Amino acid sequence: MFYREAGDFKTSYADDSQTFPIRFDRLRYYAVIAVAFGIVPFVINDYWANAVFVPFLIYAIAALGLNILTGYCGQVSLGTGGFMAVGAYACYKLMTAFPEVSILIHVLLAGGVTAVVGVLFGLPSLRIKGFYLAVATLAAQFFLVWLFNKVPWFYNYSASGQISAPERTILGQAVTGANTTASAKYLFCLIILFALAWLARNLTRGTVGRKWMAIRDMDIAAEIIGVNPLTTKLSAFAISSFYIGVAGALFFAVYLGAAEVGEAFGIQKSFLILFMIIIGGLGSIFGSFAGAAFMVLLPVLLKNVLVGQLGWATDLAAHVELMIVGALIVIFLIAEPHGMAQLWRLAKEKLRLWPFPH
Amino acid sequence: MNQMNPEGYTTADGRKIGPVLMEMKNITLRFGGVKAITDISFDIREGEIRAIIGPNGAGKSSMLNVISGFYVPQEGEVWFKGYKRGPMKPYQVARLGIARTFQNIALFDGMSVLDNIMTGRLTLMNSGLMAQAMWWGTAEKEETAHREKVEKIIDFLEIQAIRKTPVGRLPYGLKKRVELARALAAEPKLLLLDEPMAGMNVEEKEDMCRFILDVNDEFGTTIALIEHDMGVVMDLSDRVVVMDYGKKIGDGTPDEVRNNPDVINAYLGVSHD
Repeated sequence: MFYREAGDFKTSYADDSQTFPIRFDRLRYYAVIAVAFGIVPFVINDYWANAVFVPFLIYAIAALGLNILTGYCGQVSLGTGGFMAVGAYACYKLMTAFPEVSILIHVLLAGGVTAVVGVLFGLPSLRIKGFYLAVATLAAQFFLVWLFNKVPWFYNYSASGQISAPERTILGQAVTGANTTASAKYLFCLIILFALAWLARNLTRGTVGRKWMAIRDMDIAAEIIGVNPLTTKLSAFAISSFYIGVAGALFFAVYLGAAEVGEAFGIQKSFLILFMIIIGGLGSIFGSFAGAAFMVLLPVLLKNVLVGQLGWATDLAAHVELMIVGALIVIFLIAEPHGMAQLWRLAKEKLRLWPFPH
Repeated sequence: MNQMNPEGYTTADGRKIGPVLMEMKNITLRFGGVKAITDISFDIREGEIRAIIGPNGAGKSSMLNVISGFYVPQEGEVWFKGYKRGPMKPYQVARLGIARTFQNIALFDGMSVLDNIMTGRLTLMNSGLMAQAMWWGTAEKEETAHREKVEKIIDFLEIQAIRKTPVGRLPYGLKKRVELARALAAEPKLLLLDEPMAGMNVEEKEDMCRFILDVNDEFGTTIALIEHDMGVVMDLSDRVVVMDYGKKIGDGTPDEVRNNPDVINAYLGVSHD
């Protein structure tokens, strides 16, 4: 009933091309922001932060990054885990080498380092496409994990081969290390996610985004209208890797605290994030959020239901959980190949007419 | 003949044709042992509608691909605006002010009509990555300014109603029109149309002819087109190049070409008695 465009006239092109053209959408968006910033930090506890919110926020950043590359620019990548590892190790090296510099700067610099590495591994995309490019990025995944395992300099010659995040503070609040409160972790990740999502939206709505989508939809036609495939593809790799690097740095420093590269940033991570954007919706900012929420929440929910409600043994529940998640992904992709973002769009189309049939 | 005047001439219906805009000199294009184009020279004058015709496999599309930079000819020179053009990538050619449409529509299916046409203006937009990311000041202003230009083209081609529709959902005739809009959005000096009327019904063809003439008339855009519909070609074009088996067999006004014995032979066959 409230979801209407009627009477909501746009009188300028800027108004017409805003992110949420329908007033109800806009209000809902402000409400979500208000709850996320104004209410959640005060009620969050360790369980909710560690099981749900922090991984969701961090995976959402990674999914945004991969969506820029795969969803908007059409370049399939299976190297996400490796690039997250680059972010994590860059952040670790920076944190230990320059302890006096703010962690926020380290996280952003880690993203920058990952962007450079991403461009390097993006170079083959100028020659190869589709599945072949996916295999090339798979090589990046294995190479990077191997590199961080083999070269002790990266983990500061620690005996365990692990990296662990020392305590760092922002405005007197610990955001990494053992003494971090749940709300500090949550807010730190939320602020970064909010900023990055806003930047991603701006990039994808303008010239840069159109160049990416042109390359994705038809690269020959893109070239004929003046898109330079070299700079366009590499810019997508750079920006996508920046996001993924930031996600990797946060994943290690804020969420895990200590990490071993093969375990934390293995090939499973690459697939997990690829699933997120496929289920969420390729080429959609909302889809990155929806996919990350789906893949983070579903296992938690299943575990609570199976172990908590039905009283199953934990190992049995863990196995069944894998099967259910797998089956749901398949069912989902058959029912709606364009992901949750498309479902959301269809729901909105229906809502605009509701309660009238036409 | 007044068409030989280097300064240009005036057509029978009073349109001003300027000096030579693009000149192809002795172009030869080979794919391995196959000669697609053999030693072809012709020019395109400013403000003119120039048709390239010929039977299937004559090398017309190859010629267009040479002009737009997809193929680099083995021999010959391409001159544009009085300068010799070195080997160029298609996106560099686009920046010179040459836009084109394709025989099989090459639109971006995942994007809306508006976004598709906006991509046509990419070469004219130059706000940086950072400005775009922030979306304050220059990027937003630039977007709005270009949106205004694009809206003019949308009005011009009468596609206001489908502005926000994803291109993948449009019928064939409208897709052709959107593709023309995208090419026009670049404000090209030279517009290349590869079979703009292919697969259209009579009404759609009439609309398209009207648009082509209007574009030429209102924006002064030089147009080079490939077309199979002879009625269309003879009505629209100022001069016609006729190709057959990669060679040029005729060049001149529609009337001259129509009466050229080589052209008649190529189209109707020649008696062997």
